[in-house]
Amino acid sequence: MTTIADLKLDADGYLADPNAWTPEVAEAFASELGMELTDRHWQVINFVRAEFAKNGEMPSLRRITKQSGVPTKELYKLFPKGPAGKIAKLSGMSKPKGCI
Amino acid sequence: MSDNEDRKLAIICSKGTLDMAYPGLVLANAALMMGIEVEMFFTFWGMDIIHKEKQNSLKFVPVGNPSTGMPNFIAAIPGMTPMATKMMHKGLEKIDMPPVGEFLEMIHDAGGNIWACRMAMDMMNLKESDLAPEVDGVVGAMEFLEMAEGAQILFI
Repeated sequence: MTTIADLKLDADGYLADPNAWTPEVAEAFASELGMELTDRHWQVINFVRAEFAKNGEMPSLRRITKQSGVPTKELYKLFPKGPAGKIAKLSGMSKPKGCI
Repeated sequence: MSDNEDRKLAIICSKGTLDMAYPGLVLANAALMMGIEVEMFFTFWGMDIIHKEKQNSLKFVPVGNPSTGMPNFIAAIPGMTPMATKMMHKGLEKIDMPPVGEFLEMIHDAGGNIWACRMAMDMMNLKESDLAPEVDGVVGAMEFLEMAEGAQILFI
């Protein structure tokens, strides 16, 4: 099993190379965050990965809630107390910098 | 991330122009995205932001605003405010900012609390039915300050 200790992280504690992401990376971050990933979590993570593959950057939370099929209320339930950072970590992105 | 768990932000929105509505909305939403608790209090002209008829037609007024680079005698010409407002809307759209009503809904759905000022309601003869559905309630200044205990307070 992959754990956080096996991953190369950046100074903020996010995956250093977004292209090194695999589903095991998400699982490793999830256990660090004390989360259990459900299909709905994966729907968000897979959406972020697909957007990253297309645009080379993490989509905004607004975009995620509009296009992934997971609305705002549910997103904040799935990733409580700071969804932006949690989604970025789980999806292999760096610390989010956007305003929206 | 866990560093933000005890943080709380209380934002007082007292202005109702387009350019003064967005800073509060953006900061509230950003705080929620980071896991910071948010209480928003709308008072005076800020009431327009939560007024369901007015919230999506806020204006950007160029008169008396040196940042536009426009002399006041030109900014005061009829039609300049709608034009400046339209330009600001375009700019906001370009950077993926939602309209005011949708922004308020996002903040509400993200767990931010939205309060209307009782005094402003009375002064402007507003009823609760005039307010957007995201408004959690009408409170007085003292009640709001109680809710804001321990919070960082922003006055806009």
